[in-house]
Amino acid sequence: MSDAALRTPFPERASAALKDGFLQEALTIATTKFIDLRRESFAGFPQGEALRDQARAIKEATLQRLDAHLDRLADNVERLGGVVHWATTAEEAREIVLRLARDRGVRMAVKSKSMATEEIDLNEALEHAGITPIETDLGEYIIQLAHEKPSHIIAPAIHKTKGQVAELFSRELRGQFPADPEVLTAVARQALREKFLQADMGITGANFAVADTGTVVLVTNEGNGRMVTSLPRIHVAIMGIEKVIPSMSDLVVFLAILARSATGQKLSSYTTLVRGPRRAGELEGPEEFHLVLLDNGRSRQIASTLREALYCLRCGACLNVCPVYRQIGGHAYGHTYPGPIGILLTAMLKGNESVRELAHASSLCGACKDVCPVRIDIPRMLIELREHLDRDKIAPWGERVVFRAFRRLLMSEPAFRLSARAGRLLQRPFVRGGRLRGLPLLFGRWTRTRDLPPVAARTFRERWKDLR
Amino acid sequence: MATPVRASLMITCLGDVFFPEVGVAMVRLLRRLGVEVDFPEGQTCCGMPLFNSGYHHDAAEVAARTVRLFERAEHVVVPSGSCAWMVKTEYPGLLRHAPALRAAAESLARRTYELSQFIVQVLGLGRVESSFVGKVTYHDSCHLLRGLGESASPRALLRSVPGVELVELPGADQCCGFGGSFSVRLPEVSSAILDKKLANVEATGARCLVACDAGCLMQMGGGLTRRGSAVKAVHLAQVLAGEADA
Repeated sequence: MSDAALRTPFPERASAALKDGFLQEALTIATTKFIDLRRESFAGFPQGEALRDQARAIKEATLQRLDAHLDRLADNVERLGGVVHWATTAEEAREIVLRLARDRGVRMAVKSKSMATEEIDLNEALEHAGITPIETDLGEYIIQLAHEKPSHIIAPAIHKTKGQVAELFSRELRGQFPADPEVLTAVARQALREKFLQADMGITGANFAVADTGTVVLVTNEGNGRMVTSLPRIHVAIMGIEKVIPSMSDLVVFLAILARSATGQKLSSYTTLVRGPRRAGELEGPEEFHLVLLDNGRSRQIASTLREALYCLRCGACLNVCPVYRQIGGHAYGHTYPGPIGILLTAMLKGNESVRELAHASSLCGACKDVCPVRIDIPRMLIELREHLDRDKIAPWGERVVFRAFRRLLMSEPAFRLSARAGRLLQRPFVRGGRLRGLPLLFGRWTRTRDLPPVAARTFRERWKDLR
Repeated sequence: MATPVRASLMITCLGDVFFPEVGVAMVRLLRRLGVEVDFPEGQTCCGMPLFNSGYHHDAAEVAARTVRLFERAEHVVVPSGSCAWMVKTEYPGLLRHAPALRAAAESLARRTYELSQFIVQVLGLGRVESSFVGKVTYHDSCHLLRGLGESASPRALLRSVPGVELVELPGADQCCGFGGSFSVRLPEVSSAILDKKLANVEATGARCLVACDAGCLMQMGGGLTRRGSAVKAVHLAQVLAGEADA
């Protein structure tokens, strides 16, 4: 999201999202469908729970020797004729891709869906350099036409209704298209075919990269990913360094749970394994293969409390079940990665300062932890993040004072009792029909939409005397 | 005759100040079930609001105080899944730097039960007599469901009451939008989540919405009365004690 949009405080962004009827409709339909599909998929898959444990253990172990696994991956990619680039920052990653494109006279690049390229704002950089990026995933294509950012990790256009997409296509692609997903998909396919043939460069992310074999793995559903990796003469894959896994047998574990968590599929329609560029005698594949290993703040988190966020497979399951995400959608979060995991990833990539408000955009209901394929304890990490906000004095001064005062209240029963009595007096003007309404100050945030029970005429501790 | 089971009541801050009738129902219910109930008077709050907002040193002080207060309790019974979760899963970690306190916290964690779990696990009862009559629906509080892994006990106890007809709430396992300070930090989002919950509640045709957490009851009850709903939010203890209409 643009810096200008981020200047609007998060609560206001959330509030605007709540008033967007189209967004509400689209979100409810899509997230409910994702939740049901995932639930059904795991219900018929009893070994799923053990596989989730195993996947988590693999991530844990791999991160402990991340450098060794990355070296091995790089060696194997190069042995296969690929070129490996190490990018410490987003800027370095952009520069690597731009240099490759410029040196080889690339005018157009086709892309398959990649959050890593969103994270480094690659499209903007390419456009700025006069290279046209074309998103070929249907959802990404939609939001590229609309000049928007993805609002969901796997369903980037989840915030749009089919009616909105029909309008968008009719305007941008000059036609009169009905709000029929099949028709609209055919329209996009038609438009994209030409681009695939024109493009000199294909840019992808990576769901996994297998160190032992130098294989980059893409999990997709539309077939566009496969064309991006095979049609243009140059393929550039950009992946966060945490995506490396040791072996093909590890890959099997992840593949068994990734699509189930994301879309409820046993496997996605396409699982593309890329091993270097086209070899002598092969008929297909790019002439050059480049792998960009993106750090961008990840390695310094390996020993931090946010470490678990590096296990994330980007399946999006935690977004679908999050009561907050389901109400406000992805854009309101204001960063590349939305939803509960997005708060952690944003803190990781951009620093705790950037999630001062977002750290509290969770009721800590724990639904995310329940569905995470690698069981990332997101609520616990959000609580830890909040602790750091206090420790580093990032949390607002006023809030920190209020909570310290509250602690004092809880440490003294007489003070606690006294405050109940004070509440009983102060609430008098606001009692209506045995309920509190229209309270001032902070309490008004509650009573604007909900009644509050009044402080009881006799608290339990006062009534206990009669119960003894 | 065997010695009676003894239990100390942890009333919780919300229970003490806003819902004393729940505590009263709980005391009557437990006594009827043969439990000897006492109430350690110095108690205030488990400290969860401090903990959840990241004020962990402060929460640890409150935890230490609570651990000492309940040191001698044979069992501790809590009418809120979230507070029980706090004591059971977070106290030992909060007090990890003081070995003696940590050990006491671990002991307290083992002795602490949310009400429905206490009835089923400690008292070994699968059914409870109650004069309550009517159709009810049940909301799974997040911390009881996902924190303590409990969804069966409250439902079983409700079903055991002859006059109760329990209808499942669609999306019963979804958050009501309370979330402690979340409810006032992001009141509009919290209320939007609540609206969805209450639409489901009203569609069940139940006359009472039952939950085992004062926070959820404050949120859902506050929403129900604000919208002038005929559905009443009540605590499990009130149904089981036959005092839901009080």
